[in-house]
Amino acid sequence: MLDLLQELGRWSLKGLQRLGRSNVFMLYVLGGIPMCVRRPRLVITQMFAVGVLSILIIFVSGLFVGMVLGLQGYNTLVDFGAEESLGVLVALSLVRELGPVVSALLFAGRAGSALTAEIGLMKATEQLSAMEMMAVDPLHRVIAPRLLAGIIAMPLLAAIFSAVGVFGGYLVGVGMLGVDDGAFWAQMQASVEIREDILNGVIKSLVFGVAVTWIAVFEGYDTLPTSEGIGRATTRTVVNSSLAVLAFDFILTALMFNK
Amino acid sequence: MVEYRKIEILVGAFVFAGLLALTILAMKVSNLTDFGGGDGYEVKAKFDNIGGLKVRAPVKMAGVQIGRVAAIGFDNKTFQAVAVMKIDRKFNAIPKDTAAKIYTAGLLGEQYISLEPGGDEESLKDGDTIVLTSNAVVLEQVISQFLYSKAAGDDKSGS
Repeated sequence: MLDLLQELGRWSLKGLQRLGRSNVFMLYVLGGIPMCVRRPRLVITQMFAVGVLSILIIFVSGLFVGMVLGLQGYNTLVDFGAEESLGVLVALSLVRELGPVVSALLFAGRAGSALTAEIGLMKATEQLSAMEMMAVDPLHRVIAPRLLAGIIAMPLLAAIFSAVGVFGGYLVGVGMLGVDDGAFWAQMQASVEIREDILNGVIKSLVFGVAVTWIAVFEGYDTLPTSEGIGRATTRTVVNSSLAVLAFDFILTALMFNK
Repeated sequence: MVEYRKIEILVGAFVFAGLLALTILAMKVSNLTDFGGGDGYEVKAKFDNIGGLKVRAPVKMAGVQIGRVAAIGFDNKTFQAVAVMKIDRKFNAIPKDTAAKIYTAGLLGEQYISLEPGGDEESLKDGDTIVLTSNAVVLEQVISQFLYSKAAGDDKSGS
């Protein structure tokens, strides 16, 4: 019984320790942001890795999610003779929820895991220590640009996801199922608010961007410097950041759309 | 060097695509152009019953949206609901004796305020109150009234 309690205590202390470490780590990394502004080249290179290379998956999944929403929404709405509201349904669900959340999950799988593996390998092969030997702070030189790039890229990816998704819904709804073109856009424009919906969606994706990239770079930096450790850290990145995204989504939704 | 130039171009295209998507969302999907900002003047109206009227519900005149409900409050003295409407600045010549009515879009749709113009020379200004109001139609009341009158009618024919 006591052993069980001890186990629980050790487990929670470990968790709290990690949390504290990640906060101190974040503080140091934020100290490196001014350097990134002075040397934007570092950030741009990372933007290529996390942003440009994620575009394809974001684009394709956005299109398909939008198309599925169009099909499913139409099938439900047509029973009530309300198929003109398809645009509202597609746009609101994409802009408020699916755009930020699904693109954050994809981002965690596509870019977050790569970040963790990259930084973990740098640590395992002692590149980070080598940098310190040369009086270059790896937190500033390696981590900060990656964090900044992830935070910038995430809202852009979510916006692309939502826009492509709406287009996918339009393709299926208007092109395939014959919903009226004008009603589709007009009802959408009447119901979607710039501040209420779109801005909140952008804020959501920004929060997710911070959470996912933070977890990814921290897991990479905190990994055991072995090949097994890197593997575990990569798994943890994907699992933890997905959980974080879903939990934050609930909190943010409750705060934003609670009338 | 050439490699880096390529990366820069691709990142530029990525950022451009992201911003473009945001612009499309703002312009095409939502209604940035009309009633999005705070440009307009506020007019109050007191109702005995506002039914299911909500904040941000449309304010219409002759079926055309001219503003939105900005806030809904409660008057502690008269026990009436106070609806504050924000009307777009473009529509600044609405007569002072305009009547405000609460209607429902469709049978079960959302409720909105409809303004019906009067004949006054003076027009409504910021902070004015609309005096002539009529309440929301509450479906339950209508149904119960209908049922009662039907029951009463049946009684008469029966006796």
